[in-house]
Amino acid sequence: MTTYFNEMYDSGKVRPPYARLEDWTRSMPAELREMKQAEAEALFRRIGITFAVYGEGGDPDRLIPFDMFPRVFTSGEWARLERGIKQRARALNAFLVDVYGRGEIVRAGRIPGRLVYRNAAYEKAVVGFVPSKGVYSHVVGIDLVRTGADEFFVLEDNCRTPSGVSYMLENREIMMRMFPDLFRGNRIEPVDSYPEKLRRTLASVAPTKCERDPTIVILTPGHFNSAYYEHSFLADLMGVELVEGADLFVEGEYVFMRTTEGPKRVDVIYRRVDDDYIDPLCFRPDSMLGIPGLMDVYRSGGVSICSAPGAGVADDKAVYTYVPEMIRFYLGEEPLLKNVPTWQCSKTDDCKYVLENLHELVVKEVHGSGGYGMLVGPKSTKAEIEAYRARVEADPGNYIAQPTLALSTTPTFVDEGIAPRHVDLRPYCLVGERVELVPGGLTRVALTEGSLVVNSSQGGGVKDTWVLAE
Amino acid sequence: MILTVDHVTLYRYDRPVRGLVQSHRLMPSTCTGQRVLNWAVTVTDGLAGGAFRDGAGDWIQGWSVPGPVSEVAVTVRGTVETTDQAGVLRGHRELTPPDCYLQSTPSTRSDLALAELAATVAGHDDVLDAAHRLSGLVSEAIVYTPGATAATTTASEALALGKGVCQDHSHALLAVARQAGLPARYVSGYLLVEGDGAAEGQEAAHAWAEIWVRGLGWVGFDPANRCCPDDRYIRLGSGLDAQDAAPIRGTARGTGFEKLDVTVAVQAVQQ
Repeated sequence: MTTYFNEMYDSGKVRPPYARLEDWTRSMPAELREMKQAEAEALFRRIGITFAVYGEGGDPDRLIPFDMFPRVFTSGEWARLERGIKQRARALNAFLVDVYGRGEIVRAGRIPGRLVYRNAAYEKAVVGFVPSKGVYSHVVGIDLVRTGADEFFVLEDNCRTPSGVSYMLENREIMMRMFPDLFRGNRIEPVDSYPEKLRRTLASVAPTKCERDPTIVILTPGHFNSAYYEHSFLADLMGVELVEGADLFVEGEYVFMRTTEGPKRVDVIYRRVDDDYIDPLCFRPDSMLGIPGLMDVYRSGGVSICSAPGAGVADDKAVYTYVPEMIRFYLGEEPLLKNVPTWQCSKTDDCKYVLENLHELVVKEVHGSGGYGMLVGPKSTKAEIEAYRARVEADPGNYIAQPTLALSTTPTFVDEGIAPRHVDLRPYCLVGERVELVPGGLTRVALTEGSLVVNSSQGGGVKDTWVLAE
Repeated sequence: MILTVDHVTLYRYDRPVRGLVQSHRLMPSTCTGQRVLNWAVTVTDGLAGGAFRDGAGDWIQGWSVPGPVSEVAVTVRGTVETTDQAGVLRGHRELTPPDCYLQSTPSTRSDLALAELAATVAGHDDVLDAAHRLSGLVSEAIVYTPGATAATTTASEALALGKGVCQDHSHALLAVARQAGLPARYVSGYLLVEGDGAAEGQEAAHAWAEIWVRGLGWVGFDPANRCCPDDRYIRLGSGLDAQDAAPIRGTARGTGFEKLDVTVAVQAVQQ
């Protein structure tokens, strides 16, 4: 029987960061809680924050369930996490600059060249180009799980366009509106500086040809994209334009935005469009979402693109195994955050082990995301395991496996009252001239009893995440 | 040999378009065996955009033409002094790791027939010899036939048809070389066509393949002409396939129907 670390109750006693929350829940009658839950839902609906769930059909405007019970870290816990997250974000960026340059880490034999250069996310088009300030990934979303009081593991890195930061901001906003007393009684680090910090980060990587206050835009695929709400939300909070591909055009050495006052030069594009679609003259010629000629402007220093094209090669699940090695290689430091031990089915021995132990492993597709196409061995039926076995055998290189981690739980409001549910954490590390992290992140919670899958696409919910001030 | 190039691409639209944007790979590669004596690319009413040398060593130049416009000519004129390097690319500065060229693309994807061709060199230690054999096999399997294939024909389709032009030969060679584990890339350039070639209808806008031979570097193979590039060839740039290595990639903003006319003349200057 696996025991799970409960972040609130440790051997029957309340852990200090949760002390005040215990009083809070005790003093809240069930009717009040139900009323508050309905109020929270109404608030979310009113601001329009919804999340389309791919492949499930049904209501595209479904809300991600919000759980009012906050998840809490002490300042000491957070300080350790922060150092580890920043270290990782630095190493990932150093890796990207290296593999699009001389590839020292491959030459030194610390990572196999085939994992990097034969990777579909490796962009030949940017070889030899160093983005402004040497930054490829400007927002690094690092997914963490906790398995003990001092034990954290990195589940995966997201170097392209990690989404969900709008939930971090909205969850806090709504909690403060509904429970102002809670925030008077607890000294909680604010997260609302995130948009301004993001704006400063983007401005700090203005291209070499920009000699003025840079004009920043957010490039979205459009309103049908599941994260469109977040794109417009961030544009609003940062005070920058939200644009689609058709709003931008290339003329001469620069990119311009159509405005009512005529064309305006754009210096930094925070894009939420995938590499393949950003320029039909360089990547997919059938793309209608991109800006023809953008990559020529980019590679000649006329505009910055965040994240930089090609950043995806660092967050591939097979490359993930080597992040601790990157930290040692580029920073000369020992990793502060641990990786989850990972078996790569592309290796014969690993694959054999995985196939023999499917019932107790978590198996994922190398390029998968959002919790799709994965197997959670201990939670699957014999038939599901056998079906998955056939998929792994057919294409071993496409799969990796990890032990089923004992994800920590935090108290969560459920129909029966309050019960422990498993959680993870995604903090958003900003990398520009400086490396910054707002104290907090997005806590995702698996609302189904016993479930270890927290992805919103798989029925997970979200919580406000508190970091207590000293 | 001294070669002159006269290459005009004329775009005409039945209704004026709001503008054009192009990305050119139209400068001769900087390498041993090619010396540019003069070279100029012009675009009617064009604004020169960003210019840089990419990781594969190609010179890239962006262009835009503000609209409304209904006719645009891209003109390339120049003179290059060439010397025969027996197909070996020397003195070419580039950073892209050869392993990148093991990735296949929709037009160079292997199939059973291509894999069978590739299998004939399995276990071959001499890579150079294997590359020559593969190139020879592709020449035999696809007969030079203008008009039998289109720009979108894949390696697999051309092999099944047994007919094609230089683009099809090159795609097929890339597919079999990569299948055999050899990094291979598409090269676009110009060719001086004389005698038999001219009679066959060979065109001066040409394409061939380069295969990575450890110890020697990139070596060119022209299965359409059953040879390695020599001093009749001018190399412009490379890519994973014809589209990726295209000398001109471009698009127009507008609904006008595009009519394209291309004329290419390569001539040897009498010395």
